[in-house]
Amino acid sequence: MRPARLALLAVLALATAIPAARAQTPHEEGIQIGLSTDAVSITAGFSGADLTIFGALEDADPQIARQGRYDVVVVLEGPARPVVVRRKDRVLGVWINLESEQFENVPVSYSVASTRPFQDITQPDSYKQLSLGSNNIYMQPGDPEAPPTTIAEFTKALRQRKTATGLYSENVGGVRFLSQNLFRATVRLAPDVPVGTHKARAFLFKNGVFVKESSAQLEIRKSGFEQAVFRLAHNHGFFYGFLSVSLAMLTGWMGRIVFRKD
Amino acid sequence: MGIYLPIAEISVNILVLLAMGAAVGFLSGMFGVGGGFLITPLLIFYNIPPAIAVATGANQVIASSFSGALSHMKRGTLDFKLGGVLLAGGVVGSTFGIWVFALLRSLGQLDLFISLLYVVMLGTVGGLMLYESVNALRATRSGTAPTLKKSGQHNWIHRLPLKMRFRASKLFVSVIPVIGLGVAIGFLSSIMGVGGGFIMVPALIYLLRVPTNVVIGTSLFQIIFTSAYTTLVHASTNQTVDVMLAFLLMVGGVAGAQYGVKAGQRLRGEQLRALLALLVLAVALRLAVDLFATPPNLYSLSVPGMG
Repeated sequence: MRPARLALLAVLALATAIPAARAQTPHEEGIQIGLSTDAVSITAGFSGADLTIFGALEDADPQIARQGRYDVVVVLEGPARPVVVRRKDRVLGVWINLESEQFENVPVSYSVASTRPFQDITQPDSYKQLSLGSNNIYMQPGDPEAPPTTIAEFTKALRQRKTATGLYSENVGGVRFLSQNLFRATVRLAPDVPVGTHKARAFLFKNGVFVKESSAQLEIRKSGFEQAVFRLAHNHGFFYGFLSVSLAMLTGWMGRIVFRKD
Repeated sequence: MGIYLPIAEISVNILVLLAMGAAVGFLSGMFGVGGGFLITPLLIFYNIPPAIAVATGANQVIASSFSGALSHMKRGTLDFKLGGVLLAGGVVGSTFGIWVFALLRSLGQLDLFISLLYVVMLGTVGGLMLYESVNALRATRSGTAPTLKKSGQHNWIHRLPLKMRFRASKLFVSVIPVIGLGVAIGFLSSIMGVGGGFIMVPALIYLLRVPTNVVIGTSLFQIIFTSAYTTLVHASTNQTVDVMLAFLLMVGGVAGAQYGVKAGQRLRGEQLRALLALLVLAVALRLAVDLFATPPNLYSLSVPGMG
């Protein structure tokens, strides 16, 4: 009995929804993105990279597409981690880390690509609602009691540092339509892009109004050797230290042999 | 040519690191010091996080001091007994230093403390060495023979109890200052990422009156163990040793050291000491400027619980 009733409800819902939707927008567009790989490996030669994400619009209105009134914003967001922001102040002439503020769940990296400059796509309020763009991510302060002006100051500093180091980046014009439905987005991976699960999201706007969102996951990890070294250092610290010491002694000894004059 | 450092998690230029290692190796071969006091600040200037620069610096020092100690052992200018006593103190000092290191790191004051310690230590040692060597240079010019070790003349250190005989150094002295020196060097080694040669060498010569030819070999011998111990403890408690970074520096360093030794043989002792003093003072000055000058970024980011 139960499945049948659910199905009936669904049909009823469709029946009421379709005429309403049809009255407002003749087309309910969709957006899909695909990654050529679900994992990126950082090798010894890694010094930053451009990641290409392909995507397609579903049921796009050809006329709107021709007039270029569809806009796409693609975001690649790194794993969230807590961060401490510290401010240096002058004490007796010396610059010392004095005040600090902790934030929970700050994306380590945040790269955005868009079809056009952000202010041309939609209203600032709409970005805020979607938490879209590095200026609109909510950074939760670790100490909720802290004065709002302090929080605002440190949040601003956090974004500035992230932008300055290239971990937060914007690539205006980084999304290009290849055909009426197909687009290609290029987002930047900083040289110190964090390892972990990254989330790629695409936002579709039509005439400046948000329509739909789609997401995919991407694993960024160190390649075999780098990963092995990192794991060893963190899981078997003492053994790793022992290896480092041995390597140093071996290098010193080899140096003696290679350059020996006596 | 870039290379990705697995622990520091940044991409750096491999040639810059090799050149850095070679330059420091050249100077360390020339002056008979490990070079840790140069490599750690250089790494920090090159944007390597200070915590990693310190631990990796200690690792790099092992290679140069091991290679140096080997040649001193062959020449018989290495006092194992003196080195062993220094070492016993060194282990205590290192353990304490690493505990302080972790504490400062959680307080966010590690960078400041490292810089202050560098400025004070390098400034003092460099200043004293410059004063001594300039006097020696003047003395040679005016004709009187330079006297580094005034035999028969004893200071307060030689009146302390618990005396021990060190044959290779022709020394009969209390173990208290020897162990104390070891503790101090161990502490500095773990916090500053240095072997401590630039403090050990003058201290052994001027305070304990160890013959100069034995000093360098013995100091290198004890530095191997102190920095090996520091590396081990940093690796197991702080996970801040980047073996890739250390290896690149070592390769450059070992090669550079050979040419440094040759260059050093062409200069006289007091000239060498004056040059080393100037170098030490220059590093101290550069770090002091950073402490007092307005930093380009007032704000810094870090992971909670880490420097």
